[in-house]
Amino acid sequence: MSVLVNKNSKIIVQGFTGSEGTFHAGQMIEYGTNVVGGVTPGKGGQTHLDRPVFNTVKDAVVQAEADTTIIFVPPAFAADAIMEAADAGIKVIITITEGIPVADMIKAADYIKGKDCRLIGPNCPGVITPGEAKVGIMPGFVFKKGTVGIVSKSGTLTYEAADQVVKQGLGITTAIGIGGDPIIGTTTKEAVELLINDPETEAVVMIGEIGGQLEADAANWYKASGSKKPVVGFIAGETAPAGRTMGHAGAIVGGSDDTAQAKKAIMRDCGIHVVDSPAEIGKKIAEVLAQLA
Amino acid sequence: MNLHEYQAKEILNSFGVRIQRGKVAQNAQEAVDAAKELTTETGTSWFVVKAQVHAGGRGKGGGVKLAKSLEEVERISGEIIGMDLVTPQTSAEGKRVHQVLIAEDVYYPGETETDEFYVSVLLNRGTGRNMIMYSTEGGMDIETVAEETPHLIFTEEIDPAVGILPFQARRVAFNLGLSGNAFKEMTKFVTNLYTAYVKSDASLFEINPVLKTSDNNILAVDAKVTIDDNAMYRHKDYLALRDIREESAIEVEAGELGLNYVDLDGNVGCMVNGAGLAMATMDLIKQAGGEPANFLDVGGTADAARVEAAFKIILKDPNVKAILINIFGGIVRCDRVAQGVIDAYKNMGNINVPIIVRLQGTNADIAKELIDNSGLDVMSATQFQEAADKVQQVLA
Repeated sequence: MSVLVNKNSKIIVQGFTGSEGTFHAGQMIEYGTNVVGGVTPGKGGQTHLDRPVFNTVKDAVVQAEADTTIIFVPPAFAADAIMEAADAGIKVIITITEGIPVADMIKAADYIKGKDCRLIGPNCPGVITPGEAKVGIMPGFVFKKGTVGIVSKSGTLTYEAADQVVKQGLGITTAIGIGGDPIIGTTTKEAVELLINDPETEAVVMIGEIGGQLEADAANWYKASGSKKPVVGFIAGETAPAGRTMGHAGAIVGGSDDTAQAKKAIMRDCGIHVVDSPAEIGKKIAEVLAQLA
Repeated sequence: MNLHEYQAKEILNSFGVRIQRGKVAQNAQEAVDAAKELTTETGTSWFVVKAQVHAGGRGKGGGVKLAKSLEEVERISGEIIGMDLVTPQTSAEGKRVHQVLIAEDVYYPGETETDEFYVSVLLNRGTGRNMIMYSTEGGMDIETVAEETPHLIFTEEIDPAVGILPFQARRVAFNLGLSGNAFKEMTKFVTNLYTAYVKSDASLFEINPVLKTSDNNILAVDAKVTIDDNAMYRHKDYLALRDIREESAIEVEAGELGLNYVDLDGNVGCMVNGAGLAMATMDLIKQAGGEPANFLDVGGTADAARVEAAFKIILKDPNVKAILINIFGGIVRCDRVAQGVIDAYKNMGNINVPIIVRLQGTNADIAKELIDNSGLDVMSATQFQEAADKVQQVLA
């Protein structure tokens, strides 16, 4: 088992023939991901990377039975791409695009509510289930198969965490990059919940950063769930000054409750194994798994 | 992008939001001319001289003053323009004032008492919807109100499918205790304000205070507006509103080089790919006994030109005692980055601070060899902790 994506996922790429889409679709296919085609309006009927190109997501769903999409469409058109995928019946919508206007995301998030789909991102590295499907821009070789689930807002910090886990002789069930924007489709809590409920996942790494309430919500849910699966947590940005945006649009300390310190305190209260050093994530996960055994 | 008060008010006014009228001036003479014109247009005989800088709490620092004559306008404007205004939101050195807004006096006496409110529009990150946050306690620091009298802060969440509804505007006016003409004016004010927020792609509107005048009009006396940078492509006309004098010079320069850089006060510079890893690296520097001198995300392509640009920006800060480069090579290969560091180092020629390079990911071993055999004063590391230990070592 794993969550969100696996070897049976039928994946399409929106923005398939663009430079980003082409490069990363190529990497995904090389990894062994089941990419069944792509969408570029106006290029339907062509073949790209030996896969069919469709004009609309609906065509891809009808003709290629697509159930998962990864979006590389430029920011100005990305919200529309998300809504098109939701309308066409795609179940998992993974949006890599960075820089989508907030107003567009308010609209898209509202539109997909009540539809049978899950949005991951935007502004995220994607989702990987090692050995089965890489639906994202992460370096596949870093992620080895195993029993640790990862949830993170950030790209390279996810790779760092996965690398540390693997260097401990462990591996990953699924790593979910939820994205660093103010509005994202799947929250930390929802991603942690997916992994806690996954029978194959034995422990979860939850990496957050300053700004917003996502980690506190996830921690409170975890405590209330009574789950015995250990969660190791880290919050980046302890040294970030208030009121400044640190790269990710959502990474900004607004008040006293969304600092790294405040979030870590809540997480500790909720029984999460919080590490203060980002270099200790792997060690900590090995330690809690050893205690479990 | 942050706007000046006078720019923010122009935008509000263009959407039918009533504002305290005013004119911007670059020097004392222009201020007097502006005041004269303002008297012709509005009939005001008193004026408020307001420093135009991107910082709140201007009044507390002496940046907002009442002038009761043209002579006073000239004198006060002369004093404020050129001053380094220190407010609770600026650094201790303050912010240089380049221009003032000469505004009409709106606190004139009349049939009723004046009253001040607080109204803002912003994103509720929890629900993914915009909301109007408002309070009867205008003219005060809203954080203080939230702490001391949270029951005096109200919110109205807006459904994006239908926008602000008439009953919501009425509820705002009722909760603010208004009646008669002021009530009607407030519903108009709030409705137009929300429309302006959406149409201008703002990420924050903060109107503090909103004034009920003695003759029962509602208007914005101050305005703080932030426009969503990601939506600027829809508002090419707003590009001219950017005032780079308000931004850190080094951050502007870094931005032009395509680097995401935030200037900080510490002694260890860092260069990282990815925002999350960059913040984590800053945290690690702190735990190693240093203080981060900056946040710097070099992005996905860390080639020699980019690394060199980043070196130059970091080294402009005389407090930097060491530089930590932390790159997780995924799609970018570590050996390319290592070569970039070596080339940049050689090109620069005069780097006098120790450099620790931690490369992990694709071809990390080759990269380490390249660094170790380069003959340069650069320390290499592959593990995150190892990098931290080396930072500690060079600072000791």
